[in-house]
Amino acid sequence: MSEPLVRFTKLAKAFGALPVLRGVDMAIRSGRVMAIVGPNGAGKTTLIKALLGLTHPDSGEISFAGDAVNGDEAYRARIGYMPQIARYPENLTGAELLAMLKDLRGEGAALDEELIEKLELRPALSKPLRVLSGGTRQKVNAVMAFLFSPELLVLDEPTAGLDPLSSRVLKDKILSATASGRTFIVTSHIMNELEELADDVTFMLEGRALFVGTLDELKRITGQPTLERSVATMMRRDWLTEAA
Amino acid sequence: MNTLLKVLKYQSKDAVRSRWLLAYTVFFMLVTEVLLRFSSDPTKVELSLVSVVLFLVPLVSIVFGTVYLYNAREFIELLLAQPVNRRQMYAGLYLGLTLPLVLAFLAGLGAPFLFRGGGASGMGTLAWLLVSGVVLTCVFTAVASLIAIRCEDRLRGLGAAIGVWLLLTVAYDGLVLFILAAFSSYPLEHAALGLMMANPIDIARVSLLLRFDGAAMMGYTGAVFLDFFGRAYGMVLTAAALSLWVLLPFVYGMRAFQRKDF
Repeated sequence: MSEPLVRFTKLAKAFGALPVLRGVDMAIRSGRVMAIVGPNGAGKTTLIKALLGLTHPDSGEISFAGDAVNGDEAYRARIGYMPQIARYPENLTGAELLAMLKDLRGEGAALDEELIEKLELRPALSKPLRVLSGGTRQKVNAVMAFLFSPELLVLDEPTAGLDPLSSRVLKDKILSATASGRTFIVTSHIMNELEELADDVTFMLEGRALFVGTLDELKRITGQPTLERSVATMMRRDWLTEAA
Repeated sequence: MNTLLKVLKYQSKDAVRSRWLLAYTVFFMLVTEVLLRFSSDPTKVELSLVSVVLFLVPLVSIVFGTVYLYNAREFIELLLAQPVNRRQMYAGLYLGLTLPLVLAFLAGLGAPFLFRGGGASGMGTLAWLLVSGVVLTCVFTAVASLIAIRCEDRLRGLGAAIGVWLLLTVAYDGLVLFILAAFSSYPLEHAALGLMMANPIDIARVSLLLRFDGAAMMGYTGAVFLDFFGRAYGMVLTAAALSLWVLLPFVYGMRAFQRKDF
């Protein structure tokens, strides 16, 4: 197996007295879709934010493409991030927001604007962001993540607020990007959706990665036919600690 | 440097289109225009404007600044996920907030004077008034940035912002008056000068009022102040105190921003 694209080693983080990550060990393999699942407060978002440099871990290490992530920002040029539905400067237009990102990245790399057409976003881009609906803003988020053809895409609840057609377009885009060797980290509460996309699954509970492996492995271990049932099984009883 | 300018460019584009900022400009225009219409003496108009500026500029800067930065929180997260340097990002955010406020203030107060060609007699004082407003804007947006970064809860942050403003505008003067009255049998001119230097609004107020003839009525303390501000070292000290008021919150805010978990 090749060197993983991302590796978390004993990653720990507490907010005040509240531990959110308690030593997460896991690796994300190149060219695959990693789904991170787990109940609310399990530490999924904190883990993602630590990878993006938004949150500083207390201890442990993160490496990206073999190099330790430690304060230098250059590695983020290789990552695209789609945050959860967010409020942006309300008087800017979508086009200006994209222009700003292009300016900030300052890359000559080929821009991937396919989603703008596919999501029929072009007319909305000239309007101020405050008048756009939540779903339309979510489309802008999706475009931003794919724009620079990054190696790794981090998608936080990507289809939340999207209509079925747009959600379909986005999922097809993810699948075709994986086919061309790109890596994804996806969180979602919609298990059916992850089932469709994910190659690998990380199940997080109380700040630990209790299961890291392929989707098929997970189903085999839990003896359940679907991801949703597998996750429910693991949440009901402490499966893996019992098994171990 | 690059990141700073790019953040500044787009953020100020956003802030300039804010309706609140437009209201701020229009308000200053109306007040100045009305005052100019009712009085033929530009000096009197400027004297009235001093009170308005000293009251309103700090309040609007600190409240608009805190609210703006709280609203930009998710936007800041998005930008920090890009390959940008946090320090430059913070400087860009600060300037992107301060510059539109400065422009709104200058346009609002300056336009009516400019429109009339300006009373040549009052131009020097007007310039001082504009400079004071600009400096106060820089001070209070720096404090606003510090509060918005340090304080996670936006309601408490807004409370802190208004608290700082109340303290420096109202409570501080009360305290100074109390001290001066309590120790009135001692020579307090230099102590008063020191107390004044600790409050940016007071620095602006005193340095502005001394430019009007009324300063002659302020007795011995007024004379000490006039002497102080008339000398080179007085001006240097004043400039240094005001710069500290911008720099300290800015540097603290930047350090907090670098360590902050989003």
